Amino acid sequence: MVIDRANALCGAIFIAFGAYFGLNSLGMELGTPFRMGPGFFPLFLAAILIVLGLAIAIPAIRVEGEPIGSLPLRGMVFILPSPVLFALTLKGLGFVPSIFLATLLASFASTKMRIPTALILAALMTAFTTAVFVYGLGLPFRLFGPWLGQR
Amino acid sequence: MELFDNLSLGFATASTLANLGFCFIGVLLGTLIGVLPGIGPTATIAMLLPITFQIGDPTSALIMLAGIYYGAQYGGSTTAILINLPGESSSAVTAIDGYQMARKGRAGAALATAAIGSFVAGTVSTFLVALLAPPLTGIALQFGAAEYFSLMVLGLISSIALASGSIVKALAMVVLGLLLGLVGTDIYSGTPRFNLGIREYSDGLNFVAVAVGVFGIAEILRNLEDEHERSVAVKKVSSLWPTREDWRRMAAPIVRGTFIGSALGVLPGGGAILAAFASYTVEKRISRNPGEFGKGAIEGVAGPESANNAGAQTSFIPLLTLGIPANPVMALMIGAMIIQGIVPGPNVATEQPALFWGIIASMWIGNVMLVVLNLPLVGLWVKLLTVPYYMLFPIIIAFCSIGIYSVNSNIFDLYSVAFFGFVGYVLVKLRCEPAPLLLGFVLGPLLEENLRRAMILSRGDFSTFVTRPISATLLVLTAAVLAVVLLPSVRKKREEVFVEDE
Repeated sequence: MVIDRANALCGAIFIAFGAYFGLNSLGMELGTPFRMGPGFFPLFLAAILIVLGLAIAIPAIRVEGEPIGSLPLRGMVFILPSPVLFALTLKGLGFVPSIFLATLLASFASTKMRIPTALILAALMTAFTTAVFVYGLGLPFRLFGPWLGQR
Repeated sequence: MELFDNLSLGFATASTLANLGFCFIGVLLGTLIGVLPGIGPTATIAMLLPITFQIGDPTSALIMLAGIYYGAQYGGSTTAILINLPGESSSAVTAIDGYQMARKGRAGAALATAAIGSFVAGTVSTFLVALLAPPLTGIALQFGAAEYFSLMVLGLISSIALASGSIVKALAMVVLGLLLGLVGTDIYSGTPRFNLGIREYSDGLNFVAVAVGVFGIAEILRNLEDEHERSVAVKKVSSLWPTREDWRRMAAPIVRGTFIGSALGVLPGGGAILAAFASYTVEKRISRNPGEFGKGAIEGVAGPESANNAGAQTSFIPLLTLGIPANPVMALMIGAMIIQGIVPGPNVATEQPALFWGIIASMWIGNVMLVVLNLPLVGLWVKLLTVPYYMLFPIIIAFCSIGIYSVNSNIFDLYSVAFFGFVGYVLVKLRCEPAPLLLGFVLGPLLEENLRRAMILSRGDFSTFVTRPISATLLVLTAAVLAVVLLPSVRKKREEVFVEDE
């Protein structure tokens, strides 16, 4: 069976979001049009979103669509976790090691990056951001955190 | 003259040494990031937004943001002209003739024309904003909850009309944005909503995290799809100053572009893009030698660049008077204002005149800075274009991470940015435009609040939206916009326009 994968997936994503918001709204007080509860407006929007999702997904069945194209998997694997790594290590390791690791991780998203270049880049960025954000703008970051035995 | 009193208050506010400094840094940073290939003005502003929160004074922060805004716009044009890679659809038109001029060795003249056009357009439209904003705030003060609701619906639907690609998808993006905007705590009952049980999300999703994720991170991922070298048309830009012939040819298109842009920019939904296209079409039609267009006609740079800039400027009118963003960039501005504790709307002009007029004056100052800064520094920007992309994005990611965290010192915002980067990229990949989502996100809470307030005032009668004349007019306009974009003939034409743009 042929199917326009891009549109089918797209519709499915919207339906999934609609379902999440819709089900949650049902668990809340809906109220009346006069005094709307917290669930009223989101339930209405969620219903529209599901209908729109269906309107995208259903026509996609039995049609040949344009291919989605290649995904930059390597990019996603290294880029998306970079802010997460920063978040996880900031309190424990402190600003300096944390930003160094986050930059280093993001560097490997490109196949063109070589390890020495990445290390130099991360080190320069660490020095620069420490100077600008911690000393220059005075943001309340600890340079090194408790995981490194700093108090 | 009240206008001049107001303007002088504005200039007095904006031209303190500190504010000039912030404006200067803003323009510099805006151009610096905006000139990077593949990163458009919206992404640039989203990424630089957190920096402005480090400034305590809201006026200074917004002045710096205005500087970033102009820098980003001009940076986008520079990339369009030098490497034919427009960051956003509004500079796509500039790329057509600008890049051809660059290939003929006239990059300097093209860049100068873009700057001069933008400056003239900026001057005229700043004056228009100053002239039109106060009477409009008068009208806006008569708006009740029902009118605001209808106006926001109109704005959201118009933004769909100007999005490229499928209308159903754009509508779905708006609705998804509205729902995401409701995450947090219900203001009436205090009930936590959709926060996955995470206490850190009870103030709602961080606007900057959503914007950086959907625009910034998603754009970086898209650029990583194919990593071939980009060729820079020119390694060195010489002879910036346009010739006497150039001046003669650019004058009229700049004037026409300014007026087309000023008129269209006020429209909700991203008039600047429309303005650039409209100006290009007009110039091509009335030109004595239309064959030159597409092969490096200076009119094709002067007209659209002026229109683009004028439109960008006058789109501040609905923001400053009604608190309604006309396009994603204005949505970012509104987000910034809210974080600074300012509720945009008709009251800003009366309650905080220094802020209101300071922003208007800083638009013009931003424009001057742009010309002063960018023409001499053009060599530096060209150099920057040759820095390989794989060196740039780790730097961008690091700055974004620090910036987002610094807004609220909430590490959960960093999880949001990763999540929205992923979702944003997937949706873009499935040919959904991110701009309507961001507009929806900003307007979601306002829309709900006004809906609920209107219903309380009407005692639960939905007919209040059609029996109040202003509200009814706005809804009729909404229906008309929707009908027009769904008309088969317009749909076809619309597709053609956006194909040309890619």
